[in-house]
Amino acid sequence: MPPLVGTSTLRKEDPALLSGQGRYADDLPTAAGTLHAHVIRSPHPHADIVRIDPAEALAKDGVWAVITGEDVRKISDPFLVALKTPVHQWSLAVGRVRYVGEPVALVVAENRYLAEDAGELVQIEYRPLDAVIDPQAACAASAPVLHPEAKTNEISVRKFSYGDTKSAFERADARVALSSSFPRLSFTPMECYVVVAQYNPAERGYDVLANFQGPFSTHPVMARALRVPGPKLRLRIPPDSGGSFGIKLSVFPYIVLTAIAARITGRPVKWVEDRVEHLCAASSGPNRITEIEAAVTRDGRILGLRLDQLEDYGAFLRAPMPGPLYRMHGAVTGAYDIANVDVINRVVLTNKMPASLIRGFGGPQLYMALERLVQRIAIELGLDPLDVIRRNLVPAHKMPYRAAAGSLYDSGDYPRAVATATGGGRLDDLKRRRDAARAAGRKYGIGFAAIVEPAMSNMGYLSTLLTADARDKAGPKNGAVSMVTVNIDPLGAVSVTADCTVQGQGHETVLAQIVADQLGLKPDDINVVLEMDTAKDQWSIAAGTYSCRFTPGTAVAAHIAAGRMADKLKEIGAKQLNVLPADVELAQGKIRSRSNPDNAAPFGRVAGTSHWSPVMLPEGMAPALSETALWMPPELEPPSSDDRINTSLTYGFVFDMCGIEIDPLTYQVRVDRYVSMHDAGRILNPMIADGQMRGAFAQGIAAALYEEFTYNDEGAFLTGTFADYLVPTVSEIPAVEMLHQETPSPLTPLGAKGLAEGNCMSVPVCIANAIADALGVKDVPVPASPRRIHALLEGGGG
Amino acid sequence: MKPRPFDYVRPDSVDEAVAVLAEHGEEARVLAGGQSLVAMLNLRLADPAVLVDITRIAALDEIYDLGDRIEVGAAVTQNRLLAWPRLADKLPLLAAALPFVGHFQTRNKGTVCGSVAHADPSSEIALSLAVLAGEVVLRSQRGTRVLAAAAFQKDMLTTAREPDELITAVRFPVMSGRGVAFREVARRHGDFAIIAVAALVEDKAAVRLGVGGMSGRPVVRHIATADGSAARDTIDGMALELQGYEDLHASAAMRRDLLRRLGPVVIDEAIRCAA
Repeated sequence: MPPLVGTSTLRKEDPALLSGQGRYADDLPTAAGTLHAHVIRSPHPHADIVRIDPAEALAKDGVWAVITGEDVRKISDPFLVALKTPVHQWSLAVGRVRYVGEPVALVVAENRYLAEDAGELVQIEYRPLDAVIDPQAACAASAPVLHPEAKTNEISVRKFSYGDTKSAFERADARVALSSSFPRLSFTPMECYVVVAQYNPAERGYDVLANFQGPFSTHPVMARALRVPGPKLRLRIPPDSGGSFGIKLSVFPYIVLTAIAARITGRPVKWVEDRVEHLCAASSGPNRITEIEAAVTRDGRILGLRLDQLEDYGAFLRAPMPGPLYRMHGAVTGAYDIANVDVINRVVLTNKMPASLIRGFGGPQLYMALERLVQRIAIELGLDPLDVIRRNLVPAHKMPYRAAAGSLYDSGDYPRAVATATGGGRLDDLKRRRDAARAAGRKYGIGFAAIVEPAMSNMGYLSTLLTADARDKAGPKNGAVSMVTVNIDPLGAVSVTADCTVQGQGHETVLAQIVADQLGLKPDDINVVLEMDTAKDQWSIAAGTYSCRFTPGTAVAAHIAAGRMADKLKEIGAKQLNVLPADVELAQGKIRSRSNPDNAAPFGRVAGTSHWSPVMLPEGMAPALSETALWMPPELEPPSSDDRINTSLTYGFVFDMCGIEIDPLTYQVRVDRYVSMHDAGRILNPMIADGQMRGAFAQGIAAALYEEFTYNDEGAFLTGTFADYLVPTVSEIPAVEMLHQETPSPLTPLGAKGLAEGNCMSVPVCIANAIADALGVKDVPVPASPRRIHALLEGGGG
Repeated sequence: MKPRPFDYVRPDSVDEAVAVLAEHGEEARVLAGGQSLVAMLNLRLADPAVLVDITRIAALDEIYDLGDRIEVGAAVTQNRLLAWPRLADKLPLLAAALPFVGHFQTRNKGTVCGSVAHADPSSEIALSLAVLAGEVVLRSQRGTRVLAAAAFQKDMLTTAREPDELITAVRFPVMSGRGVAFREVARRHGDFAIIAVAALVEDKAAVRLGVGGMSGRPVVRHIATADGSAARDTIDGMALELQGYEDLHASAAMRRDLLRRLGPVVIDEAIRCAA
């Protein structure tokens, strides 16, 4: 039987999802007497809370409580963050509001309508303060300070130096510098946040259902905030979640808030976030301003690199921030062989919603600077941008390659991938199209981007934020554990649980493929249960679905657990078939002798043996009822004393190439042709991989051309509905030609790497490079909206 | 995003509907397709005491061919008009403009008259009504009055409707065989237009050019077409006179430039369509 892994096995999830049978958090039954919560939010970007008077609201029939920051401060603690700094965030504003949309009070009533009506009756008096929105302005000494105890808005500055950048710049033929800016955006899941919380006074514990995505490193953060040991915060995650893209980590402050409401009212409390709340306050990727400079030889070889990255996290830093600034840290030199690099990382707070996880997680920001710089090097030296890319790519013979800042690029052949993508007449076709358009007087440009896509984060990467001394004091942080359990029931039916959360990716299918291969079964024989219960399921702080950890992590644990189960069943089968274990195979639903396939027993009969007849098992064998594998790759070492860090386990490669044209009537950027080349190691399910990559591509287009959270200078939020925050629909997404090369990772038994974030990282800058080529400009504003293109083309206008 | 409490009335006749409006006046809002109103209710931006749902009034759910005009009742959805078999023949401008109104799903609920009543400055239907010099029919217990489109829409989201009046229909003059063209610029298909431009050929020497999204209401001008550069000058004059306005998606200068670029193209398309 050929292996299922590597085939486009149909998704097990789809019949339910496509026929409206998904089980989402808001669909699940709630306990009798459940109350409903409504969050009152700040209309001000920055203000002191003078007074909150809930009397009128509390007098209304059906209203149970109005909870304020003072209540929350009494019975909970601020959320923990990696950076030790006096920036305290509770689940409601305490004393001061710092962004439009910040939760100020929670009304709990018998239904949501009543709660919202009562919310209008809560009298809140504010004393407005000056707000600061621009991250550079926020660093100025004269700027309003968001957290007076911190004394500054620029709460972290870390300088790193790898190699000898100073002498690289001294011996360079030229220096090329660029300033790049990456905007704020989110990838809005269709389903917003949902939390249902109960408090059990007898156990002094909380039982919460929420569509939380992980990482579970946030579980201790929530438990500590609620002042309970971890087991007293039982968190259940429903079987389905309507998209996440990183955003559903940030339900966690609301988990704590709803839990507090359940404790105060003594009733179960449910809160369902609506779209208006989601857009103004759920989560955002951080905006970043990067000053980047390269020391280059005359022919475009990059000898050294300097980056000064200023990242804006909004009003608070909350776990696991400032992740985006550090997740790419080991791979800050991207796909290039650059020995010398200096990095300054700055964290700044402004009066915007707090930033957090988002698909791409730091990659789009880094590559917007690095890949724009590579294009500028070509322009300023009079070279072909593709030649500059080729000249600097990590060569195949250097794999595995230790990047300057510590990442271990596990495998790949970047030059071959670039050759394949630009070959086959593709680049010639793009050039023909460009030349024809330009001959007709139209504005057409070609862009390239080469990026490295990390997967499965090292739990120690964030501690690079701390100095080596501070890290030593805080205790070691590194590695990342993945856990999967394979169970067998009395009739030999197989079920699987895992430490990932469902968001629609198709993990159920891929886990079934992996386990079925090991046990000689069909995917339909494998029952995969991915809803989570922290009180009963096995998990580590690395658990959850984020940073592409499924393929190099959870999938590998499944492979190991099922392999161990298979080995045990072969031993049991050997005894029953009266052959040697080496002669036993699991295939076609049978356990049989390799040399004499007629000597066989049905899989279920042998597999159930451990239930019915444990005494008769081979001597010394523990019953084969359940196998749990813990996968912890040793390459995820802690940061070294000189701050080198292997931030992730596997590193894929993406090379993009596109042609764009500026619509001569409408100033819109129209993508004419887009080619995207991927090397994600071994592909476990090509159909699912294709879906992942097309989704990332669409979100890359969104970041390049459409989506942006906008605040005015005074801090008002201008993109509060989908009429102003523009999510592109299928009509706006251009066609993309996906190409693949498979260079397996030597570091995992499956050889597979992550692939779901690469196009989020590559597409915005590839399009920006094409726009720069079309218009001959150095600064390309992103998203490149018609308004911005018009301003570039026409200046002030008549 | 839950509305404040309101009463809901679903009259079976126009008389009943106008009686409710007479009783409640400004406290009442007429609900037809609800594609703007329901969102405003949920955002608590609209605060009516009474919602008057007119979608079940059979007399309002009709398209009448009056010979020189087509009358579209207040309960007729945008998709129903788009699917009307004689639309392309009788009202070619609407056949061109309606596909730009929202999305298929919103057109299934949204009504033609509701769009006119809402009076968004970039509404495709209000622009078409203005270019065609159509009429709005208003009923109240005080009687019926018919207003020219230009007299009806006064400014952004502001019309001549009195609080006790119900728009029962709009009337579009029949333009069989006339050259028309419609284009709009929006960030995404189905979004409100940044600007919308419609042209209707008057005769061999002139077109009517309508522009939405440049000011508080649609603007219509007659433009002599014999001399292309004179036509372009007229459009440039329109751009400078109307100025345009600024929002998140476009500066006023961009609106002016869009009009300068699109105007001649749309006029040209209308003339070629007539030929």
